[in-house]
Amino acid sequence: MAHHLFLPLIVPLVSAGVATIISGRRFWARVIAVAATLFNLGYSVWLLATIAATGRQVTQAGGWAAPFGITLMADGLSAIMLLLTALLTLATIMFSLATLDARQERFYYYPLLLLLMFGCSGAFLTGDLFNLYVWFEILLVASFGLITLGGSRAQLEGGLKYVALNLFGSLCFLVGAGLVYGVAGTLNMAHLAERLNAIQEPTLVTAVAGFFLIAFGSKAALAPLFFWLPTSYHTPSIAVTALFGGLLSKVGIYALYRVFGTVFQSELGRLAPLILAVAGVTMVVGVIGAMAQINVRRILAFHIVSQVGYMAMGLGLASVAGLTAGILFMAHNIVVKTALFLIGGAAEHLTGTGDLKQLGGMARREPFLAVLWLLASFALVGIPPLSGFFGKLGLIQAGVAQEQWLIVAVAAGVSLFTLFSMLKIWNEVFWKKAYSDMSRLPRAGAGLLAPAVILVAVSIAMGLGAAPALEYSAFAAEQVFDAAGLARDVCGANGCDAVELAVAR
Amino acid sequence: MYDSIILRNVSRLMFPILLLLSLFMLVRGHNLPGGGFIGGLLAASAFILQIIAYGPMYLRTTFQINFLNLAAFGVIFAALWGLVGLVTGQAYMLAFWLKEPIPGIGKLGTPVLFDVGVYLTVIGVTTQLALVLAEEPTLYPIQRPPARRDAVAPEA
Repeated sequence: MAHHLFLPLIVPLVSAGVATIISGRRFWARVIAVAATLFNLGYSVWLLATIAATGRQVTQAGGWAAPFGITLMADGLSAIMLLLTALLTLATIMFSLATLDARQERFYYYPLLLLLMFGCSGAFLTGDLFNLYVWFEILLVASFGLITLGGSRAQLEGGLKYVALNLFGSLCFLVGAGLVYGVAGTLNMAHLAERLNAIQEPTLVTAVAGFFLIAFGSKAALAPLFFWLPTSYHTPSIAVTALFGGLLSKVGIYALYRVFGTVFQSELGRLAPLILAVAGVTMVVGVIGAMAQINVRRILAFHIVSQVGYMAMGLGLASVAGLTAGILFMAHNIVVKTALFLIGGAAEHLTGTGDLKQLGGMARREPFLAVLWLLASFALVGIPPLSGFFGKLGLIQAGVAQEQWLIVAVAAGVSLFTLFSMLKIWNEVFWKKAYSDMSRLPRAGAGLLAPAVILVAVSIAMGLGAAPALEYSAFAAEQVFDAAGLARDVCGANGCDAVELAVAR
Repeated sequence: MYDSIILRNVSRLMFPILLLLSLFMLVRGHNLPGGGFIGGLLAASAFILQIIAYGPMYLRTTFQINFLNLAAFGVIFAALWGLVGLVTGQAYMLAFWLKEPIPGIGKLGTPVLFDVGVYLTVIGVTTQLALVLAEEPTLYPIQRPPARRDAVAPEA
């Protein structure tokens, strides 16, 4: 029993409560937010090492035995996601210290940020399907608050679309959870994986799996349910956009990996062609949408959609190799996407506009920012030796090994268009001559650049240290597919059904 | 705000009754229908009744509570009583009960205290939502021209 798994949930929750009470004192609210995030960062690094050494960590809330109570479990994938969540929240807080106005900070910005971290951490740690729904709702409510913080007309409009489509996704998730409870009579993931693999009516299970695919697909912004993302992500403050762009759609992808990799393992082979088709369409539509935009944040938002397609492709290949590459690609993308948002956002913060037509000449004014942009955008496109290359290479290798030529061709082609998009921003924002006089504008300080520097450094480290990163991803992917081992870890040596039978007698 | 002498008198009478009922619901929660959430909703309904009868300003001035801080305190309070299990090296939220039941209340334990935290949170959040909705017309009045030139805008 690894009871320490509760710590990354208790600390953000209590900190959010304290930060709410003292929200009038900005300094202390900042201190508490940074301290809680640092704790989560340190804890998740330790958890990563612990899992590599001793395998899965499992605990039961309230001491209720496994298939009856709520299980918390952490494997390699959970630990990676937990680490990246804390890292992104830290970068976001650092960026907000430099850019946010005092009014927004006092309006419960830090409590909402901590609640978002709390919800994401819970979603990555839970081992119970309905509990996963609850964590989704917690992080969604926090994100509703953050996306409308400031209350401008555009934000309310974007927030309304965001809320409506996300509630639709949550409804599908709830219906799926209810149906799966009716079919299998349990909601514990380990127990479900046991039961669903031995079920007599596979058609019913396929229908339920379809509900989960729609629910998580809409959260992850997969085509055709991605419209809420580009319409709402350019409205809130830059720091919030950066955090959402890095994290929120990836929570949906994590849920897809977890639910289809472990719980609906028997259905994954049947749904794989559909997932691959959705992934391909997502990549293409996202990248085409990005070409039509003339606003930095909108371009990047469409690229979130396009990149999510690659992660879905990792699941759709339905093999350990594919999922390994998918996990590696997801880890790289979370870091790099946020870095790009922070760099583009820094330019937007300095000039006061994100419109490509009005920007220009940033390379001359802020050479360091331009170098950061080049590094991050090349990493996103997948130019070796930066981090994006290995994830994409793994995906394409896995696709070639399974002779899925079409999706491989699409993945490779979309990379070129991604490069086109990144060069467009480079040309318009950094390279061309500025039309307006920029000499009066403020210069970028250390506080504005530091979070982007940290994230780009992490990305470069992931590229140079690709071997250990790939190794850990493979380890995590094997753990995701290992349903029998999960049941052993959660319910004891004989599996969950045996426990239930023993209690029934 | 609904201007009615009957509603005002009834709401003044109902306020302590609803609060007592909510406390009763709170303490019977661990083995009968009830508990922190339901008790909290009942207590919040007592506050919301005052808003309907007297208007939001009356509640703000009479009970000088920051309801959002009350909710935050409730969350912290609920989380703290879960820590008892963690500190003793067992699972978080593990229940600890007193050996002997207290007459009239029943057994007490950490789940009851957790419920008190939930109770405060629900009161805080629900009342805060109602207050924000009730104060909106006074904070952000909508400028409407009168319907006819000789008509006077009705008192809202």
